[in-house]
Order: sequence, then C-alpha cells, then structure tokens
Amino acid sequence: MELTMAGALNAALRDAMREDDTVVVYGEDVGRLGGVFRITDGLQAEMGPERCFDTPVAEAGIAGTAIGMALYGLRPVVEMQFDGFSYPALNQVISHVAKYRNRTRGRVGLPLVIRIPYGGGIGAVEHHSESPEAYYAHTAGLTVVSPGTPADAYALLRASIAFDDPVIFLEPKRRYWLKEDLDLPVTAAGIGEAIVRRQGSSATVIAYGPMVTTAMEAAARAAAESGWDLEVVDVRTLSPVDMGTLVASATKTGRALVVHEAARFAGYGAEIAAELSERAFGYLAAPVLRVTGFDVPYPSAKIERHFLPDADRILDAVARLLEY
Amino acid sequence: MSVEVSSAATGPSSFPGLPRAAWQDVAAEGALGAAETHDVDLSAAQLRSLYRLMVLSRRVDRQAINLTRQGALGVFASSHGQEAAQVGAVFALEAEDWLFPTYRETVGTFARGVDVVELLALFSGSWHCGFDPYQYRVAPLTTPLATQALHAVGLAMAAKMRHDPIVALTFFGDGAASEGDAHEALNLAGAFGAPVVFVVQNNGYAISVPFRLQTRTTSIALRAAGVGMPGIRVDGNDVISVYGAVKTAVDRARRGEGPTLIEAVTYRLEAHTTADDTRRYRSEEEAAEWLARDPVEGFLRVLREAALVDDAFLAEVEAEGEAAAARMRDFLFGAPAGDPREMFDHVYAQRTPQLDAQRALLDQELRAAEES
Repeated sequence: MELTMAGALNAALRDAMREDDTVVVYGEDVGRLGGVFRITDGLQAEMGPERCFDTPVAEAGIAGTAIGMALYGLRPVVEMQFDGFSYPALNQVISHVAKYRNRTRGRVGLPLVIRIPYGGGIGAVEHHSESPEAYYAHTAGLTVVSPGTPADAYALLRASIAFDDPVIFLEPKRRYWLKEDLDLPVTAAGIGEAIVRRQGSSATVIAYGPMVTTAMEAAARAAAESGWDLEVVDVRTLSPVDMGTLVASATKTGRALVVHEAARFAGYGAEIAAELSERAFGYLAAPVLRVTGFDVPYPSAKIERHFLPDADRILDAVARLLEY
Repeated sequence: MSVEVSSAATGPSSFPGLPRAAWQDVAAEGALGAAETHDVDLSAAQLRSLYRLMVLSRRVDRQAINLTRQGALGVFASSHGQEAAQVGAVFALEAEDWLFPTYRETVGTFARGVDVVELLALFSGSWHCGFDPYQYRVAPLTTPLATQALHAVGLAMAAKMRHDPIVALTFFGDGAASEGDAHEALNLAGAFGAPVVFVVQNNGYAISVPFRLQTRTTSIALRAAGVGMPGIRVDGNDVISVYGAVKTAVDRARRGEGPTLIEAVTYRLEAHTTADDTRRYRSEEEAAEWLARDPVEGFLRVLREAALVDDAFLAEVEAEGEAAAARMRDFLFGAPAGDPREMFDHVYAQRTPQLDAQRALLDQELRAAEES
C-alpha cells in the first residue's frame, strides 16, 4: 500500500490507540479538524472525544498536563502545532518532562510523546520552519527521534508511544507528503538505532529527518555524475544516538560529513563531528565536515532555498572531503 | 477610545452618515461578596488531629531551620505562620486524592503523611525528591513556580477520563500567580471541568516583592471569574475556615462539578528561605501584627474555650513533636552523601551506552581518589 509519511503517522496513532486504551491524543486543532497537517485525521471520530481532543491554545499547558496524565498511568501523545510554537512548552519539557524519572530516583517515569512538525522548505511565514532539535538533544532525560521515511515514521512513532521514557518526536513537515510502499505494521526501526540507508565506499553522509531525502538525492547524483560511491547513514534517534553505526561507517569510508537544516553553531552536527573525531580519528582521511543552515534566523519564504542545504551543497562538501 | 472625523467645512463633529460605535464595558473589577459563615462538619477527634498536625508541623519547621543553621540542610523555605493554610487544606483530601506541592508546602506535605526525612531530601541535598510519589499520592516538591499546577490539571483530567472520583489539589503562592503556567492551569482546568482545587497561599510576598506590586487586583480569588470557575477568599490563618472552604471545593470537584480557586490570605512569619533577610523589605511592625494572628495560638484558644483539649493531650503532642525533631536530627545531621555513581542510574529506564561510558569515567575517578 502506498502511504505518505502523514498517512503513516496517522496509521501509527490509530493502531496504537486501538491496541492500548491508555493512549490519548490531544493538542491544538487535533480533534475535529484532524490537525493542521491532518496527522490526527479521523482519530476523534473513531476513538471518541475523550481519547482525541482539542485543547485551548496553551503549549506549556499541553506539555504540563501530559505530565500529570502520565503520572496517572496514561500514555499521552500530544502535538505542538508548529516548531516555532513549541517554545512556550520548553520550561515544562526541560524542567519536568526530562527530569521526573531522575528526580524521583527512578520511581516515576513519564511515558509520553511530544510530536513537533519541524523544519523548513514549505514556504511558510516566520516561526513555522524552525529546527529545534539541539535544544532537546542537549537535555539529559529526553529521547529525541526524527524519522526520514514513511516506514520509519510509522515504526518509530509506535516505538515512541510504547517507550517508557518521554520522547520528543520531530516530524519533518516538508516530507509529510513523501510516499513509500508499506505493509503495516512496520516494525523495522527501534529507538536508538541508526541505519545505513545506502551502502558506499567514498564517503559517509550522515543525515536525519528532512535531510535524509536530500542526502539520498545527493548520493544518487554523485554516483551518476561523478562516480562517487556515497554511504548515507540515517541517524533516526538523535538522542541517545547510535554512535556505533556512525563510527563504523566513518571508519569504513574514512570521510564523513553531517547534514542538517538547523544552524551550524553549537548545532547537532558539531556533536557528531566531535564524537567521530574522538572515536575514528585514526581512520579519517579528512576532517568531518558540516553542511547546515546558516547562523541566521530562519529566512523568509522567497529566499529560504538559499538557506536550506541541498544536494549541490552536500556534493560541494563531498568534493572538499575527497580532495583533502 | 473615540474615533473623530474632522473637516474644515463641517467642524469637529462626525459626518452625519457615520454609524455610532458600540461596545460593552466590563464592571470595573469582579467583586468579593460579603463574608458568610458556614457550618463545618468536624468531630472533636478531627479538630484535635488538625491541631496536632499544626503543632507537629511547626516543630518540624523550626527544627528544619535549626538544622539549616547547623549545616545539615543547605537551605530551607519555612512555612512558619502558614500552618493553618496548608494543614487545613490537606486535611480535606481523601487517601486516593493527589497533592501537588511546591517547596513552600513542606508542612502540608508532612501533614499528608510523607516521612519527614524523605520530605526534606530536597533541602538536605541527598536527592531532589526523597519520597515515592505513588506511596503518598504526593508529587515532588516543585521549584519552578506554578509549573506543578499544570501537572495537577493533567492528573485530574486523566482521573476524570477514567471515571475515577479523584481530586487533585495544588498549592501555589501569590508570586507564582503571576506566572504564565498559573494562568494556563486555571484556564485549562476550567475548560475541561477538571476536578482540581487550586489553593493560593497569599502570604504577602514573593521573596521581597509585596503583593501590591505583583498585581493591580486586590485578590487572586477574583481571577476565578475570568476562567469560569468558583472563587473563594478565606482567612488563611483560620484553620476551620480553610478546611471548610477547601472541603467544599473538594466535594464539588469529586461530584464532577469542576475546579475551584481558593485564595488563603496568610503571612510568611519567617524569611523566604534561610538565605533571605526580611529587614531589607518589610517592617517589624507589620510582622508583629501578623504574629498576633498566629494560626496555631489562635486555634489553641478556640480548642481551649471549647474544652476540646487538656494538658495531657497538649503534652502528648509536644512530646511527639520532640520525637519528630530528634528523628530529623538523627537522620539528617551528618547523613552520608550516597554513591555518586547513582546519578547515572535514573536518567532513563535503561542506562544508555553514553551514560555507561561516563559512569565508568566517574568510577575510575572515585577509585583513584580512594586509593590515594
């Protein structure tokens, strides 16, 4: 069955709710409307308004109430409508969601999922194209996941809902309409597992979320145009990251670069580059490079394509890696 | 604001065809009703229990201050003067209900039955929360202001969804009432009809900033009208009134009739914490006025007049207080720090490879230190 990432996410929510009556879904406009991106389409009609419902516009409230619900034994899956509007909830996420298990010496875990559509490339107005992953990945106690394909979107969301710790689930909104042939349920991807999407030998391109498609496109063009054989690794779980898979790939190819939409400085790629240089230094023929958004506030729609990393920018970096 | 259209030809008046503007004014401020009296259903045994808990609380509070001065606690936020507000409120809860306290509610949390040594872990520095929330149905003492109010709302929403007749009570202060989370919690509870009771202890100060600088309203309770729930303002130093008001709200919530906002007006007789200096922001005259309204002394007068307590009972309570204080001294003074390796053990349900590596590093440091 051909499914979009949006459809896969919707199916994951529906299947999880059918299997476990403690799973509840709520957020802004997720009920009758089915979410601004329709990820929760039809859930209220099928599961009833007690299990899928709209809230007042209050992001801290959405995250904060999810803590109370998880404390009571439910598995809330809440939606932040857009990346740029997830920040009012940061205090709840950093001060409580991330810390509750540790604070209570392991007595209270919070099995909850906060879904956030993130990233640019859809021609949106300000505050609708942010990439906040580094804020979450930097926070101990959070598990941060971002799928790059419809199959992973399904499998990772199911795994996140079943997980015993809180998960920040970052959905690459520009890939909501990406299609894949799927036989549900897909269980291929687990939390904490990166995957080699494309085997190669010339260099490793590490990507996640929206950049997985871009990295695959770059690899296909490299093979066709330059004869370079790129390996593409999809991180999938940003924290705790599966460094083993990343190190193995970088060790094999001897060259690596990290791609993300988020700004470069103190970004997620800096951590990966640092880890690779520590753990694979002897195998690297070139420094680990980063291909990222610029260190500027996300630009307006008409110029955003110059901000976003694309296959060209990745291939330019690969050329530098190979020439080093 | 009026809209005026002027023209040289017709003068300053509106042109004849302009429709008149229309709006509705809200009454200047919601008003508090006159104080009304109510019968409160409390047995002699319950009244004695209330007094006992207030006295024990005060002794525990004083001992915590002493232990802080002696270095056994790093810091402590005293509830001295707020015993009636906290104990009276918590006394209205049933065993299956939940309490969401802040660092100010050690006394109320103690009255709920949490072991005093476990309770003070936050201040002694042994662990952030020393008790099992599920054992007592008490959430950890929360430090970021008003954030726990949302947890109470969420738990109450969940209980309602599961058709369990459970009530969540959360405390916060007059300072915390300015936080966004307080507003969100009140509005969400109202919107969902969640079985929550909000007890705002208005003790006059947010550390040093007095209530009159915190808000232009005269009462936090007035906010209830803005979120569509009943509001109550009560003398927070009168334990019978606090209990009566909170019990009314708890019963209402349990019947499925939604949340209530209660403002208990009280006074923090001690400083904000042991690290604070009240002389910089409030007068001794003001504190003396409130000292004359001491909630424990006042309640004792009531009980004596009603001949509900005798010297034997009072001596028994005092001895119990001394025993609690001794236990605090024994277990908090010079308590060992615990194994620092444990800091890695509760971050996630399963320790990650990254944390394994960091734990091994610390282990190495600790072993090297032991050997040298």
